[in-house]
Amino acid sequence: MTTLLEVSDLTVEFRTARGWGVAVDGVDLSLAPGRTLAVLGESGSGKSATARAIMGVLPATVGRVGRGRVLLDGQDLLRLPPQERRAVRGARVGMVFQDALSALNPVLPVGYQIGEGCRVHLGMSRRAARRRALELLDLVGIPDARRRIDDYPHQFSGGMRQRVMIATALAADPEILIADEPTTALDVTVQAQILQLLATLQADRQMSLMLITHDLGVVAGMADDILVMYAGRVVEQGPADDVFERPTHPYTRALLDSICTADRKGQPLRVISGQPPDLGNLPSGCAFRTRCTQAADVCRTLPPATAVSPVHQAACHFAGGAA
Amino acid sequence: MTGYVIRRLVGMVPVVLGTTLLIFAAVYALPGDPIKALAGPGRVLSPSVEDALRERFHLDQPLWSQYGHYLGGLVRGDLGIDLQGQEVSALVARAWPYTLQLGLTAWAIMAVVGISLGTFAGMRQGGTVDWVVLTGTTVVVGVPYFVVAYVAQILLGVNLGWFPTSGVREGWPASYLLPAAVLALFGIPELVRLTRASIIENRYADYVDTAIAKGLPHRMIVVRHILRNSLVPVVSVLGLSLGYMVSGTVLIEGIFNIPGLGYVVFNGISQQNGPVVVGVCSLLVLVYLMINLLVDIVYGLLDPRISLAGRR
Amino acid sequence: MPAAGESIEAVVAAVPRDRRRLLRRPRIAIPLGVVVLILVVAAVPGLFAHTDPRACDLGNSGTGMVAGHPFGFDIQGCDLYSNVVYGTRSSVTIGFTVTAGCVLIALVLGCVAAYYRGVVDAVISRTMDIFFGFPALVGQVVILNTLHQRNVVVVSAVLILFAWPAMTRLMRSAALATVDLDFVKAARGLGAGPVRVIARHVLPNSFAPILAVASLGVGGMITAESALTFLGVGLRAPSISWGVQLNQAQDSFREHPHLLLFPSLFLSVTVLSFVMLGDALRDTFDPRSR
Repeated sequence: MTTLLEVSDLTVEFRTARGWGVAVDGVDLSLAPGRTLAVLGESGSGKSATARAIMGVLPATVGRVGRGRVLLDGQDLLRLPPQERRAVRGARVGMVFQDALSALNPVLPVGYQIGEGCRVHLGMSRRAARRRALELLDLVGIPDARRRIDDYPHQFSGGMRQRVMIATALAADPEILIADEPTTALDVTVQAQILQLLATLQADRQMSLMLITHDLGVVAGMADDILVMYAGRVVEQGPADDVFERPTHPYTRALLDSICTADRKGQPLRVISGQPPDLGNLPSGCAFRTRCTQAADVCRTLPPATAVSPVHQAACHFAGGAA
Repeated sequence: MTGYVIRRLVGMVPVVLGTTLLIFAAVYALPGDPIKALAGPGRVLSPSVEDALRERFHLDQPLWSQYGHYLGGLVRGDLGIDLQGQEVSALVARAWPYTLQLGLTAWAIMAVVGISLGTFAGMRQGGTVDWVVLTGTTVVVGVPYFVVAYVAQILLGVNLGWFPTSGVREGWPASYLLPAAVLALFGIPELVRLTRASIIENRYADYVDTAIAKGLPHRMIVVRHILRNSLVPVVSVLGLSLGYMVSGTVLIEGIFNIPGLGYVVFNGISQQNGPVVVGVCSLLVLVYLMINLLVDIVYGLLDPRISLAGRR
Repeated sequence: MPAAGESIEAVVAAVPRDRRRLLRRPRIAIPLGVVVLILVVAAVPGLFAHTDPRACDLGNSGTGMVAGHPFGFDIQGCDLYSNVVYGTRSSVTIGFTVTAGCVLIALVLGCVAAYYRGVVDAVISRTMDIFFGFPALVGQVVILNTLHQRNVVVVSAVLILFAWPAMTRLMRSAALATVDLDFVKAARGLGAGPVRVIARHVLPNSFAPILAVASLGVGGMITAESALTFLGVGLRAPSISWGVQLNQAQDSFREHPHLLLFPSLFLSVTVLSFVMLGDALRDTFDPRSR
């Protein structure tokens, strides 16, 4: 399997009252051309920070990359000079943010905001960029795009706004699209439409899609690969079918157990007991041990990534035989 | 947008009535003879001038009718006559081009310097540039502007001879630069602080992350995205500072001998020519209100959310 | 995200727990020291100037510095140093009177508007709009120009007339924010009357910003008084004030620049101290503004 984007040992730190705290701790992941990787985790698990670090949009002054590499076609983005890094953003890697209302500039027409990427990366004229913005609006399914192109973000509904957001990310034809919880701010019915749109776009354009979400339901239909994060670390990763078939880390299993499905009708909803840990005050060893039903003394040491199959790993001391 | 403009216009009516009524009340409706109030203490007017004034300001009629005439006159551009029997509007007609030139020059200087300094300071929050700019604004606020005007006149005009010290003989821009710079100076601190605060508020906004993620050059992010959003509140201060400027022209034109509207008021005070002061000041208030209305409209154009708020 | 919780902690940490420590901050201590000195000069000018400011000798008109008269003499031949020292009193008196008046009006009207809302609020707000409709100096000039008796009281009253709305607007929004807080609603629900709610809850919560604005206000009002007096619509000649001295100096400043220099210097230092103190207080109480 060839790799387009390879992240290794990525560490992201955030400023806290007690100095720099680690929000992402040694994450490895890889994204193959034309595949969809779902990054799954609770809020605070470091999944958004990972995406933002790859994109280079960590919140200034409070967030920073500690160590690690982000290789795009073998080139380390973290060590590129600012000008070259900028040429990658938008052009090769596009990003869709969670809340389109705040992520789109409120005082600029959507057509302009979409066209900006084409002008900067593809050297288009103002007029050509506008034509291209119109095509993109059509592509993402904005009805009557010709009439809406000069409207402002606040004039669109939530779902339509997220479509505009996707169009801005696609402006310069990136090979990779990172979508950071693209449906969290939307109604359930609209969520499905946006996911459908992302899936279609990914398939049509042979893009790689990195889909960040806390919603297993979102992942189920779309992901080729799954990566589960907990407290800043990767706890399980592998092809989607394998992970759903043989969830190995107790956290992944708990996640799968907590979704309601038709065949469990009548049974009580299972939830994960306890609270997500405080990043400044993590338990030693396996961070999940304080909420884990299987926890034992060995869990006080950091579990290594253990192979469940050649393509499926879980970071649990019991991954070898217990499952 | 049209609805927004109409709403602003309608909202203006009570303010125009209120301000003019207050001036009218202070001059004509206070106990005592308004003629004496206009003429100043100890000054005796010739009966013919007094009669002319009584007739022109309709002092024989009831107060509400006097106010009607005063307001109607203001709207038509009739400001009455001064104590020498001259039309005040004729004085205004000669003076306004000077004030317009001075005001616009000062406003341009203020806007350019204020917004750039505010942007620089905001983008370097906590740095040396930021500290220098902030301290500078405090000093400018702290030194009364007519003191600055005199110091500038003496230092840059008389001692160094860089600028003409007084009058408008050398025309625009030479004669206007120094007074305009001083006039601009006292609008700058507020503009700088607001621009800075607005930049700081906007530079960490989500849409800035989007702009970075699009791979836009830094300059484009600052100018197109951060500054463009930051300017929305700044425009209202640009309007408010015109108020300082309308006030400031009285002092600055007086000190630099620029024969504009402020100079007419300045001389009206020192020659105790009441009707001139009242007439021109009433006009200045209307001009100020008009500018504020324009600013509101521009504000609506800049921020589409405001003008549309009423439509939804 | 740890960032959100973090920023709140940072803000809380920046608000001084021990108010007495404020005096150790140079940004507050230095201007405060100058302000105190100015107040002492205003209260007992005789301590600082031993010459009678009204004992004048036309023979000395416009003379520069000589022994015993460090600032020289003005056009009437009066000792400029003692005039400048005695001039502190009227400036400071007007600055404090006007600011105190405005704060009082602002506290009452701002709280009343916020507490009762509705018609009361509308009337107060629309009245403020009318005063905001004036370029302040122009409004003051028109009114003072028709008043022929112009002493400290009259000038202060006219300054208050145009200065109260700005502070009232601030107070109103501060009070509006407080009235909406749950504990205030709770107090009202328990039957606390308006005076009690305002005195116990609204005032203490809006006090800090008012203090900072008041300090800025004193500086602004001293400037305004001197500008009006300088124009000739403020205090008049028998009164001793920096504005009067500057007004008299304007015809002869080219020959006798010291007549302009010394009153300007005192005026600037005074205003600057109040403004710097106000700035420092505002930044301390409201770290977000920095």
